Amino acid sequence: MKLSVNSLLGLGDLSRGEIEFILDQAASFKEINYRPVKKVPTLRGKTVINLFFEPSTRTKTSFEIAGKRLSADVVNFAASQSSLIKGETLSDTAKNLEAMKPDLLVVRAQASGVPEMLSRLVATPIINAGDGCHEHPTQGLLDLFTVREHKKQIDGLKIAIVGDIRHSRVARSNIYGFKKLGAEVTVVGPATMIPPGIEDLGCKVAYHLEPVIPEMDVIMMLRIQMERGSGKFFPSSREYSKFFGLSLKKLESAKREVLIMHPGPVNRGVELSPEVADGPFSVILDQVENGVAVRMALLYLFCGGTDAANS
Amino acid sequence: MSKGDKMARKKKMMDSEEIRRALLRVAHEIVERNKGVKDLVLIGIRRGGEQIASRLSKIIQEIEGQMVPCGFMDVTMYRDDLYHMRHQPEVHQTQVNFAVEDKVVVLVDDVLFTGRTIRAAMDSVIDLGRPREIQLAVLVDRGHREFPIRADFVGRNFPTSRTDLVNVVLGGEAKKDKVELVESEK
Amino acid sequence: MRQILRGARLVDPVQGIDEHKDLLIEKGRVVDILKPGEKVSDAKLVELDGLVITPGLVDIHTHLREPGYEWKETVATGAEAAVFGGFTAIACMANTDPVNDNPAVTEYILERARLADLAQVYPIGAISKGLKGEELSEIASLCEHGCVGFSDDGRPVMDAGLMRRAMEYAGAFDRVLISHPEDENLSAGGVMNESAIATELGLPGAPSAAEEAMVARESILAGMTRAKVHLAHLSTRGSIKLVRQAKDRGINITCESCPHYFTLTELAVKQSGYNANTRVNPPLRGEDDRQAIIDALADGTIDCISSDHAPHNLAVKEVEFVAAASGISGIETSLALGLKLVREKKLKLARLIELMSSNPARIIGIEAGSLKPGMPADISVIDLDRKWTVASKNFKSLGKNTPFEGLELCGRAVRVFVKGKPIKLD
Repeated sequence: MKLSVNSLLGLGDLSRGEIEFILDQAASFKEINYRPVKKVPTLRGKTVINLFFEPSTRTKTSFEIAGKRLSADVVNFAASQSSLIKGETLSDTAKNLEAMKPDLLVVRAQASGVPEMLSRLVATPIINAGDGCHEHPTQGLLDLFTVREHKKQIDGLKIAIVGDIRHSRVARSNIYGFKKLGAEVTVVGPATMIPPGIEDLGCKVAYHLEPVIPEMDVIMMLRIQMERGSGKFFPSSREYSKFFGLSLKKLESAKREVLIMHPGPVNRGVELSPEVADGPFSVILDQVENGVAVRMALLYLFCGGTDAANS
Repeated sequence: MSKGDKMARKKKMMDSEEIRRALLRVAHEIVERNKGVKDLVLIGIRRGGEQIASRLSKIIQEIEGQMVPCGFMDVTMYRDDLYHMRHQPEVHQTQVNFAVEDKVVVLVDDVLFTGRTIRAAMDSVIDLGRPREIQLAVLVDRGHREFPIRADFVGRNFPTSRTDLVNVVLGGEAKKDKVELVESEK
Repeated sequence: MRQILRGARLVDPVQGIDEHKDLLIEKGRVVDILKPGEKVSDAKLVELDGLVITPGLVDIHTHLREPGYEWKETVATGAEAAVFGGFTAIACMANTDPVNDNPAVTEYILERARLADLAQVYPIGAISKGLKGEELSEIASLCEHGCVGFSDDGRPVMDAGLMRRAMEYAGAFDRVLISHPEDENLSAGGVMNESAIATELGLPGAPSAAEEAMVARESILAGMTRAKVHLAHLSTRGSIKLVRQAKDRGINITCESCPHYFTLTELAVKQSGYNANTRVNPPLRGEDDRQAIIDALADGTIDCISSDHAPHNLAVKEVEFVAAASGISGIETSLALGLKLVREKKLKLARLIELMSSNPARIIGIEAGSLKPGMPADISVIDLDRKWTVASKNFKSLGKNTPFEGLELCGRAVRVFVKGKPIKLD
C-alpha cells in the first residue's frame, strides 16, 4: 500500500486503512526485538536525523533503537529550544540539515506546527515526534497497537483519556486514531483543562472521572505537570489526584478487562497510585515495547524509495 | 502481429496431480538425503513457500511418523532491491518458533528464478542462529540465475523466457492447484 | 504653478460629489472644482482619463518603527510605502525606542518625515511614560510639538484609573485618545483566536472576550469623561455590538477595523500551515466576526479603515508560530482590499472613501479628507481596473510580512498629490 503522505505529521492526516496498515507492519517488525541478533539490514546506508528542539530521553531513545535495529545510521541533533534564541531561523536550520542529505528527519518541538513548517521547507520526509500541543502520532499509533494486541479489535471500544487535555498532543492524536478505528473516545478532566471545541475533533467530554470508569474498556492517564503550565489551570496536585487520579479503590467499579495506559513518565501518586501503575490492569510497559516496533515500521515506511525510482 | 497475439498466452505446466506427486517425491528425497528427520527443520519463504512447506511437513510426518518443525519467514527486510522501488513493499510476519542453531534448515519456496530471494533468505536464517546446514527445496526451477544459487530438491524444471511469469496457485480446493506459465508478448 | 486635473471621476463624500469633474489646484491648495473640459488659463494639464480622484487617503494607524527598529522600517520607507498604497497622510504610533513620550522623539519623527518629503506623517504620542502603563506622559508638551492623538498601542492601558485620567487630560486638549482594547489577563499568551481551530492546531487562543471586555470599559470611561475616544483594530462581532450600543447612548466614541479582519479568518492559520504571516494582534477571528465587520463598515458603526501597518523583519516571522512577532505589513494592500468590498457590492465607493479619508482625517483633526476649494491639494488617483498580484518583494516597505502573498487584486493608486506636488507610482 502506498501511503498518501510523504511525511507523518499527524494522525489527523491518515485514513483508517493507512493506520491499520501501519499497525500490521509494526506487528511484523516487533518479532525482530525478540531475536538474539536484533538487527535486519533493511535501512542499511540510510541516515536518520533526530532533530529535537525539545529535550526528550524516552522518545529519542525509542527512535534511536528502532533505527539502529534496522541498520540505519541514526544521528542526534539537539537544537536549542527555540530557533529564536540562537538567531537562526527555522528555515536556516532546515536547509542546513537538508544539505547533509539525510533520508529522514524525526522532529520534536515545543512549539506546535514546527514539523509542518519544516515539511514545507525541505523535501526530506519528516516524522513528527511530538509538536507542542498539536500531535504525537507515533505515540497514538503505539497506543492503538497496544490496545489492538490486547483486545483484538478496536471497533466499539470505549476509551477514556484523562488529564490536561488542553495541553496534550497525546490526547489529540489518540482522539483521531481511536475514532478512525471505530472506538468512542471520552476526554475527562477539570473544565479548565478541556479546550474549547474539542468535541469537533470527534470525542465526548466529561468533567468527572468516577462516573465514567464503569463503562470504559481503556483508561488512558495523561501526565500532569504542575510546574509547566498545568499549574495555572488547577489548584494543586493533591486535589488533582483525589478527583482525577486512579487508585485501586476507584477501579473497583471498572470492567474486569480494563486496560490502564499512560504515555509516561508516570507521576506516581498523582495520576496513578503505584499499585495501579504496577498492577494487573496496567499495560504501560507494553506501550514502551510496542513503541520500538511501531517506530521501526514507520522508519521503514517513510524512508522509502529513491529519487531514481520516482523518475 | 495479428490481433490474437496481443493477449498474453497462458500455458498450464503442472496440474494438481502432477504437483501432488512432485511434492511426494521431494519429501522422500529430503528424508533420504538427510537419513531421517533428526535435527531437520523446514522454513517456508513467504509468501509462495508457505503452503509448500506445510504440505511437505505433513507428508514427512506421514512417511516417518515424526513431526518436523515448520516455520515461515518473510524476507522483505533483507531484499537487495528495496531502494529501487517507488515505495516500500509490505512486510509480513516471520514465525519461526524454534531455534535454528545447529539444525539442518530446509528452505522451501515455490519458484526458483534469479536466486536473489534465496540469498536474502539465507541472511535472514543466519540472523536467527547458526544452522549446521542450509538446503533448498523448490516446486519449480525456471532458470535465469543471477546469483550462484542452486536447489537441492526440485519438483520440476522447465525453461522459461526472462520476461515470462510463472504463477503457482495452491490452496483452496486441491483440484484447482496448478502451475501456469504466462508468456510475455514477443 | 497651477495644475488642472482633467478627465477623472471625482469622489468626495464630504461634498457629496461622485461624478466627472475637473480639479484646479494652485500653491498646494484646491482652487476650484470645474465642469469637465471647462477652459482654464495657464494651468498645466494633467490627463487622468479613466481614473478616479479622491481626497488623499489617510491611515491613522501605522507603526513606522523609527527611532529604534530601523531594520524593520524607517519613517522614510514607511512614508514611501504609504504613498504607494495611495495614502497622502499617515499617523504613526508611539511604540518606538525610545518611546514617543517626549517632544524630542516627536520632533525627530517629524524631521525624518520632512526629509523624506512623501506622505505627511502625524505622530501619535504615548499615553504613559515608556508605555509602561503607570504614569501619564507629558501630554500637553507632546500636543504642542505636533502629536495629533495619544495611544499606548501595541499594548493596552490595563489600569482603568490611568486611562480615565488620560481621557480627561487629553480631552481638554481636544486630542483623540486611541485605545488598544485588549484585556491581557484574558488574552493571556494567546497567539490566535480561541476556538476549535486553535484547539485543533494546538495553539493557545485569545478569546473574543479579551477585546470585548476592554471595549466595554473604554465606552463607559468615554461616556464618563466626555473625551474623544477611538477604538483601534476591532475584530469581533461582540465589539461591534458594544460600539453600536455606546453610540446609541450618545457617547463620543469612534472605531476602526483593518483589511485583514474583513478579508481573512482564523482558517488562514490552518490553511497556511502555521505561517506566522497570519499572526496578528488581535488575531484573525471567525467568519461571523468577519461578516459583522463588513456589515458595520457599511452601516456606519465602524468609522474608518486603518491598516495597523506593522512591518517586521523576516527573521522574527520565519520561526515557530508561538515565537513569532505579531503584525502584518499592510499599508500597500489596504486600498485594494477595500476596493474588493466595493466590487463585491458590500460597500459603495463613496462610503469606502469616507472610511479611508474623510473620517480618519476628522478623527485625528487634520486638514484633510475633502477637496472642497481652499483645502490642501492632497489627492489620491486610483485606477479601479488595474489588475495586480501581491508580491512582497515589490513592497516599498521594508516589511515583507503579508498573508496576502500571491493574491490577485484589482484596483490601485497610480498617483498621489501631496500639497499639490505630484508623485507618480508606477
